[in-house]
Amino acid sequence: MPVLCKAGCGKNAMLKRPKTGDTLCKECFYEAFETEIHFTITKAELFNRGDSVAIAASGGKDSTVLAHVLKTLNQRYDYGLNLMLLSIDEGITGYRDDSLETVKQNRDDYEMNLKILSYKDLYGWTMDEIVAQIGRKNNCTFCGVFRRQALDRGAAMLNVKCIATGHNADDIAETVLMNVLRGDIARLKRCTAISTGSEGTIPRVKPLKYTYEKEIVMYAHYKKLVYFSTECVFAPNAYRGHARALLKDLEKIRPTCIMDIIYSGETMAVKEEVSLPTQRICTRCKFVSSQEVCKACVLLEGLNKGLPKLGIGKSSKAKKMLEEYNANQNSTNKAIDEINVDCQKNNCVSRGKACRSNRNKTNDNEVNSRNGEKCCSTQEKTHDSANISNTKLNTLLQDYGIPENDCGHDKNSSIGESSENHNFEVDLHNEDVTSLAEETDACGGACGKMDSMHIGF
Amino acid sequence: MANGLNIHIHFGGGAELLFDKIKKHIVELPPARKYFPDADIEKWRIKELLIWIKDNLLKERPELFLQGESVRPGILVLINDADWELKMYISYFILIH
Repeated sequence: MPVLCKAGCGKNAMLKRPKTGDTLCKECFYEAFETEIHFTITKAELFNRGDSVAIAASGGKDSTVLAHVLKTLNQRYDYGLNLMLLSIDEGITGYRDDSLETVKQNRDDYEMNLKILSYKDLYGWTMDEIVAQIGRKNNCTFCGVFRRQALDRGAAMLNVKCIATGHNADDIAETVLMNVLRGDIARLKRCTAISTGSEGTIPRVKPLKYTYEKEIVMYAHYKKLVYFSTECVFAPNAYRGHARALLKDLEKIRPTCIMDIIYSGETMAVKEEVSLPTQRICTRCKFVSSQEVCKACVLLEGLNKGLPKLGIGKSSKAKKMLEEYNANQNSTNKAIDEINVDCQKNNCVSRGKACRSNRNKTNDNEVNSRNGEKCCSTQEKTHDSANISNTKLNTLLQDYGIPENDCGHDKNSSIGESSENHNFEVDLHNEDVTSLAEETDACGGACGKMDSMHIGF
Repeated sequence: MANGLNIHIHFGGGAELLFDKIKKHIVELPPARKYFPDADIEKWRIKELLIWIKDNLLKERPELFLQGESVRPGILVLINDADWELKMYISYFILIH
């Protein structure tokens, strides 16, 4: 027996709304869906008449629905907005090249101007090239940090008042959860804001903040909107994936939990004594940053210097590098002596052939030249890593003006200083390196979301 | 066609990636009793169909498709283009109209 539309139009219901539990027919669902977004926009005063607004378009379901709905509402309620599409080409073959075709389709369908900015043009590197350097472990950090800044740059070029992003209610609830799980209070505070942006930056607004992912997918499906749904070819963020799965499990039992988590995030008070980083301008690129040098600049510097891991990881890694640097300063000669002694002890002579000791494969030549025809296994590695950390450290010291002598004289205080004041390490308390990416942009566009897919019989 | 059941199965929104990227499948289900000889099943329900899909159409990563007896949370299911939340979920009987 068919369920009737709760709006009383007499038609059969086609879906159950997760937010309210109402059963609605297609037409009444469109009406409710669009009107709610209109209400969100007007209540939060996201736009002013005459504004130019860039829609951050990835070609995915959220930004496609956002573009469609904003165009509809702009006409229906006469917002007087000049809407345009802004896309970022990360340079991911097999993923972004295809999705950009979808964005071009959006441009034609919705008759909006489209601006595409590429990582290659902005930073000189495509994500494919970055992954070739860094591997697949931390690439989402680069992608997230670069995309966030690329959107700012694109918006500045387009001279728009604000950037509208397709973050939906599920995304925001997930980000609240992620920030709780990381203890990231600064982001927990701002991640539920419907409009973000401090002075001097172009604000970002989230008109779909209270819109459930399920409804976005159903809307796109019933309206037959063309959107792109392929996973990013690079590995997604596992930690976020767990948070996502947890949320979906909870949502199944109690769909209102999404709204409740957002509400909790919005109303949560942060103790006054919790110190939060202040936003300022990056001394290098002049874009907004929470540090003296912004994350994008640090990552880019690392790439260009052939040290892609610079800027990845915890401050303790940098501390370790400093410690090793100091220790190795004094002990290099000692180490060489030890190597020689050890070699004689082990009698590990390579006899003109490549040494077969496990630990020094990479460095045969160097050792041989230093120690004649002898090699050893235990000290070798120490020496090798000492050289690497020296190079890394020199770069760090050069780039961020950490006085070299201080390190030698007073190790502890200089380490403290370096992490507090020089800030080459951005997220001091974050466990997971991928969390370095900003806010919900961590993998907003690039990591495939397999969980909003639908099946029809 | 005494007992076979012809149905269309569509995958979209990324679900097709688990099925060789093929979005539309037209299939004939064998009699339910034959396909599940050990169970006392007379008619196909969505619950049995999901098992059949897993056995016959799914190409990779079953953990992204099924969780317990149902689909993984987050996967939306439509029956005759309507939300299955209106239709008893996995207990819905598939009938020829």
